[in-house]
Formats: sequence, structure tokens, C-alpha cells
Amino acid sequence: MLNNHAKLERNAIGFVIAIILVGSIGGLVEIAPLFTIDDTVEDAPDMRLYTPLELAGRNIYIREGCYACHSQMVRTLRDEVERYGPYSLAVESKYDHPMLWGSKRTGPDLARIGNKYSDQWHTAHLINPRDVVPESVMPRYAWLMRSELQYDDMDLHLKAMRNVGVPYTNEMIENAVADTLRQATPDANNAFDVFERYGDETNLRYFDGDRRAVTEMDALVAYLQILGRLTDAAGAMPQETAKISDEEPGQ
Amino acid sequence: MISQLTKAEREWAIILSAALAIGGLIVGAAGRNDLLGIHGFMVFVIGFGLLFLIVKDLYRPDPSPKRVTRYFDDPTKAGVILCMLWVIFGTFIGDWVAWLLVYPDATFDAGWSSFGRLRPVHTTSVIFGFGGNALIATSFHVLQRTTRARLVDQLSPWIVVIGFNIFCLLAVSGYVMGVTASKEYAEPEWYADIFLTIIWVLYFSIYLRTLRRRKEPHIYVANWYFMAFIVIVAILHIVNSLAVPVSLGHAKSYSLFSGVQDAMTQWWYGHNAVAFFLTAGFLGMLYYYLPKRAGRPIFSYRLSIISFWGITFLYMWAGSHHLHYTALPQWVQTLGMTFSIVLLVPSWASAGNALLTLRGAWDKVRDDATLRFMMVAAVFYGLSTFEGSFLAIRPVNSLSHYTDWTVGHVHAGALGWVAMITFGSIYTLVPWLWNRERMYSPRLIEVHFWLALTGAIIYVFAMWNSGIIQGLMWRAYNENGTLAYSFIESVAAMKPYYVGRAIGGFLFFAGSVIGLYNIWKTIHSPDLARAAAPDLAPIPHAAGSQTVPAAE
Ligand code: HEC
Ligand code: HEM
Repeated sequence: MLNNHAKLERNAIGFVIAIILVGSIGGLVEIAPLFTIDDTVEDAPDMRLYTPLELAGRNIYIREGCYACHSQMVRTLRDEVERYGPYSLAVESKYDHPMLWGSKRTGPDLARIGNKYSDQWHTAHLINPRDVVPESVMPRYAWLMRSELQYDDMDLHLKAMRNVGVPYTNEMIENAVADTLRQATPDANNAFDVFERYGDETNLRYFDGDRRAVTEMDALVAYLQILGRLTDAAGAMPQETAKISDEEPGQ
Repeated sequence: MISQLTKAEREWAIILSAALAIGGLIVGAAGRNDLLGIHGFMVFVIGFGLLFLIVKDLYRPDPSPKRVTRYFDDPTKAGVILCMLWVIFGTFIGDWVAWLLVYPDATFDAGWSSFGRLRPVHTTSVIFGFGGNALIATSFHVLQRTTRARLVDQLSPWIVVIGFNIFCLLAVSGYVMGVTASKEYAEPEWYADIFLTIIWVLYFSIYLRTLRRRKEPHIYVANWYFMAFIVIVAILHIVNSLAVPVSLGHAKSYSLFSGVQDAMTQWWYGHNAVAFFLTAGFLGMLYYYLPKRAGRPIFSYRLSIISFWGITFLYMWAGSHHLHYTALPQWVQTLGMTFSIVLLVPSWASAGNALLTLRGAWDKVRDDATLRFMMVAAVFYGLSTFEGSFLAIRPVNSLSHYTDWTVGHVHAGALGWVAMITFGSIYTLVPWLWNRERMYSPRLIEVHFWLALTGAIIYVFAMWNSGIIQGLMWRAYNENGTLAYSFIESVAAMKPYYVGRAIGGFLFFAGSVIGLYNIWKTIHSPDLARAAAPDLAPIPHAAGSQTVPAAE
């Protein structure tokens, strides 16, 4: 072996090729099948798409780095299921480009936060978390209330999402800009068209309570309120299955 | 430094700077309604500034033709200084972020300075700014000494150093403005990713072409690691960054992958960024500067081979240990766990090889803080790889994941291993580069050493405590069989440890400032000068294939 290696050491290109070959195996074996094995992602025929407003809110969540403190992935552990709700399924983040599973819980998991609190609660909490939860260390996001949402290009965003595989229809793309306004302005003309395109479950509200403008706060709260509610697949899974592990739940 | 370029090379530099400025202008125009425009403008200003600098010196006399008989160290010098500036900036932001978790309102009422935007500024500045510059600078230095060949080209090494730092600037300024792809350690957006790819390919070509010029028949171990670092990081970066931009005038893009495939790709990238950026590259440093400073050959050639190929093969399987108990299929989790445990073998082979190299040199370790930096780095490397394999075990991970334990583990590696080996290498390197007898103040190295070590230990112990307490509180049940603690109770319990961590971090930061001061004084103390720089020619032949080539 040492002799062969001594030969390899004399050949720069050969060495590089060896590195590439040896290094590629792991990734190929672990990643490629995830795209081809069918039961990697469950079926969920009721899966909704993000509305343009929710997508804009998601982009604010990304921009502000909420994922640095919040996960969106309830693990198959008993205490997590009891604390947060049904464990997360792969299908729930099927349209998440990129996923926001997170890696650190400075704050609680948010995968099931939708409908847990009122819009007013979220708005007050984001303006100053310590008004609502005195010991919180979450940053204030008061300026979101002051920034108007920029949404004149939401059609381009939906198109880009379609290019990476999310099934937005032409109609959705054409109406993306108007739908953003409509969802946050229930009194607007044709506001109910949003239901036709995105389903009756869609929230149509003045999310931040301010009727004068569509703010970034509107978009972010709209996003938070549908987290975990794009499909009912997780709730329908029997949660007391073998999958839940209570490895040392510390009775 | 420009005086080391010939007239023709200066002209090329002008063309390239102009191209950079024009490129910036085009991007700026395309993105004028978007944050992309600001980045375009920034690049334009940088390109223009470079242009100005070169034109100013365009008519200086050509360098002596004898320059090609010497090593080419100017880019390394620049890299060393940039590396120190980035570590100071990055740990300053790190410490700020650490205090924010104690006093969340210790910031401005504006987006740019909120925790979520500053945290990636910290990680990018330390990993890429500090780590990346250290790797580029030392790899150019080591490459030339171990091949006994001058770097190919005059301009391209400069392009790599400058281009890489432009990338870091784009990344960091992007986050504070709100431009981020949100992928951990791969947050820069698509245009910065493309730019980095170009720079990286150039870096690789310099490396390979210089290797092919080598006068040593064998490629020295340090270069195996540097090559693995360059090649694998390129693969990881390209695959993980695949995305579709909203338009050519938008900074924002949507990742090509989604959900579970994205998670696996991200952690295949993320874990191997640790492996090949923060481990392999720095092992390259260790394999050169440690034996040089200790004046001892590497303990075992055989161990070097085993650990090199072990690391290159096994690490790439380990990423899925970041996704235990998630929606990732269980078979992938099991593979990740298994390979992570086996990984301990080559990791300890490297750490052991380094420590055994110090056999017979322990008196030097006692007296010489520079060598001690490297010794402690090897110890931390051994400890944090052990901890890593341990944390990858599913039941352990069920407790540790999402908690500060991970952060503690990361910083045992980052402060204890990455930063310590870098400081040791830099203190070895600086006197050589600037032709000094020694560093300006060995006492200040000593002070730096103790600040860094104390800071790292305080940091890591604080995070072990907070992480384990957090994990236990989240899963604790009371007699009635319900969860014992609300989430916010666990947040409140962290406070003393967060204070401790921020204090430890400050010590570490202060050490780096002292380090830069010491380097600065070394450069500006002509009385420390020693005889002329060693030329290429008179370097003595190294005996045997894998002893450390004797030249500096
Ligand atoms: C520094 C870390 C940090 C960042 C960054 C952060 N949070 Fe939080 N978050 C917390 C903590 C700690 C809590 C728990 C205390 C509380 O409710 O305020 C929390 C709680 C929450 C809750 C309530 C969860 C529950 O189940 O009660 C929501 C919703 C939330 N955060 C949303 C966000 C959003 C949206 C962002 C980004 C705009 C964000 N957070 C950024 C730390 C953070
Ligand atoms: C003064 C020294 C430092 C301080 C005070 C510091 C502080 C911090 C803080 C507060 C965080 C965020 C943790 C959280 O979200 O709870 C963090 C994350 C991180 N830091 Fe540092 N840091 C320091 C030095 C370094 C260095 C030198 C490196 C690398 C070379 C580094 C690499 C990282 C990484 C990779 C993360 C992300 C960890 C994760 O996602 O789990 N840090 N640091």
C-alpha cells in the first residue's frame, strides 16, 4: 500500500482525481436516492401553496434570520410532540425553497405556530417581545410595522418558484401582485378571488391591524399563521406509532 | 507590492480592475431597483479604487528579473494581515451577538443590527474572512516551500486574495442589508456564489500548476490536505448553491432544492464545510508549521496516509447526523451516525500524529507560546472530534440537538482548533515573511496565548452547562406525566451562562487585538531584521520523501 501511495504522491492530477472519487461516494449514496425513492416524501393531496403574501412573509423571515433562533422541525420525540404538536413530515416542506428546518432553538419551534395565537398577539410580540413575554430574549421587530411591503414583483417570485418546481398556475402568477394586496385588504375589490386560487382555508385579514398600508408586518404574520397548516397530513398520522421515540424522556 | 509587477503585468491588472468596475456597473444598473444595485455599486467602487492604485504606480521601474528566483510572498503577506483584521471584526460581532442574548435591546432600532442579521455576519467573518484568508495565505506559502517552486503567475495569486475578500465583503454587507439565502455557512446569494466559483477555480489552477512545477518528486502531506480542501469545497459550494434568481436584477433567488432534499444537501455541505474548510485545510497548516517550529519530522508517514484518506472518505457520509429524528428517512440518519463514529479513527490518527511529533520537543512547548498554540490546537482537535462522534449518536443527539451544546462544540473546534492552529502558524510565519529574527514581543504572544485559552475554556464550559440544562429542561416531566417546564423557563435559566460566554468571548477577542499589534510592531521594527531572504536556489534538499522540506 505504501508503495502504491508513494506512486500516487508523484502525480498531482492523479491525486486530485483520487480525492474527487473518494470524496464523492458518500454524497452520491445519501443524496441521490432522496430524489428517486418515492416514499421519501409522503403524499398529501390537500397540500396548499404559499400565497404571494405568505411567500413575501417567508422571505422576510429569511431576511431577518428568524431561522437562527427558531427551528421548523418537530422531531419524532415524545416530549417534542407534546410540546409542539405532531411531528413534522417531509411533505410539509415540499414547497420550501429553501427549507427552514433550522438548527438552534434559542426560541421555540415554529413548525406548528399557525393559529396558535391571534394576529394581534403576533404583532404585539414582534413589536416588542418583552411586552408579551417579559423574560424573552427575542429581538424587537418594530420597524416591520413601519416598512411598507414591496410586492410589485411578486409575479416574478412566483415564476422563479415555478421554475424550481412549485406548481403555481399561470393565473396565480398573473394575479400575484393584486392577490398580495387583496389578502391583506379584505375590503378590496375582488378580494375573495384569493380563495378561488389558493383555497377556502386562506386567511384574508388586516393582519397587523393597520388598515392604511400593507406592511412587512402583515406579510410576516400571514406567514406565521399558516405554518403547519398547509396540509393536515401530519395531524392525520397516528402519533403513537413506533416512530416516536421516547429514548430517555426523563420521567 | 505593485512594484513587484512588471509593466505588462500592471497593464493587465489595470484591464482586470477596469473589468471589475464595469462588471459592477452593469450589475448595479441591472439591479438598480433592488439591493443588488448597492452591491453592484460597491464592486464598481472597489474596481475603481484598485485601478487608481495601479495607475498611480504604473510608471515605476520594473522589478529586477531576478524576482523569479525567489519565492512570491506578497499575496501571503496581504492574506495574513487581512486574516487578522477579519478575526478581530468577526469576534467583535460574535461578542456583540453574545451580549444580545443577555441584553436583547443592546442594539439599534433598525433591521441591520438585529440578532438574526448579525449572527451570519459573525459566522461568515470568522469562517471565511478569518479562516479563508488564513488558508489562502498559508497554502501559498507552504506550497512553494514544499515544492521548491515559485508560484505560477504574478497576478493570479493576487486575484485570488483580493477576489476572495471581495466575496467576503459582499456576503457580510449583504446580510446587514437583508440579502441572504439562509443556508447556514452558504448564505451569500447567487451572484456572490458565481463570483466565488470563478475565484476558486483560479485558486485551484494556481495550486495545480505550481505543483506540476515542483522540484520535489513527492507531494508533501500538507499539500494533500490543501488540495482536498480546495477541490471538495468547490464541489460542495457549487451543488449547495444551485438556485434560480427572481430575475437578473434581483439579489433574491430560490434554492433549486426544497424540503428534505434541501436539508440533506445543506448538511452534506454544512458538515463538510467543517470537514474540508475548517479541518482539512488547517491540518495542512498543522502538517507544515508544527514540525517546522518543533524542529522534528512528522511522527508517522503511515498515520498521515490513513488519516488523510479516512477523513476524505468518511466525512462525506456524516452530514445526516444533523438531521436525527427529523423527516429525513431513517436509513440516511443511520448511515450518518455510523460513519460519524468511525470518523473518530482518522481524526485521532491526525491528532495523535501531531502530538507524537512533539516527542522530544516538550521543553520547547513549555517555553515557546507559538509552539504551544499549535500543541493546544491539536489537543482541542482531538477533543472536539471525540465530542463530535459522541454527539452524532442518536440518543445523545436527541438531547443535544437544537441546544447550546452544539454551539459549545462548534466553538471548541473553532476557538480551540481553528483559531489556535492559525495563531501558532502566523506567529511562525510572520518573522519569516518580513525577514525578522523573531516576533516583536514573545511576551505578548504569551499573553495572547493565555487570553485565547482562558476565553475558549470559559466559552466551552458555559455552553456545555447551558446546553445540557436546556436539553434536560425541555424533556423533563413532572409526577403527573406532563412537561415540567415551559419554554420560557428554559430561556431564563440560560442567563448566567450567556454572561459567562460573552466574557470568555471578550477575552478571546482581546487576545486577537494584541496579536495584530504584535504583528504590526514586528513588521515595523527594522532593528529586528535579519540577513537577506532565502532564495529559491540554495534550498537544501530534504532527505527522504516525507520529511518536512527544510526551507522556510
Ligand atoms: C435571538 C433569537 C431570536 C430571534 C432572532 C427570533 N426569535 Fe422569536 N423567539 C425567541 C425566544 C427566546 C422566544 C420565546 C420567548 C417569547 O415568546 O418571546 C421566541 C418566541 C417566538 C414566537 C412565539 C412562539 C411560541 O410558541 O410562543 C414567535 C411566533 C416568534 N418567536 C417569531 C419570531 C420571528 C417571526 C422572528 C424573526 C422576525 C423571530 N422570532 C426571531 C428568540 C428569537
Ligand atoms: C470572541 C469569540 C467568539 C464569540 C464571542 C462567538 C460568539 C458566537 C455566538 C453568540 C454565536 C451564536 C450562537 C447562538 O445562536 O446561540 C456564534 C455562532 C457561531 N460561531 Fe462564534 N464566536 C466567537 C468566535 C468564533 C470563531 C473564531 C469561529 C470560527 C472560526 C466561530 C464560529 C461560529 C459558528 C460556526 C457559529 C454557528 C454555530 C451553530 O450554528 O451551531 N466563532 N458564535
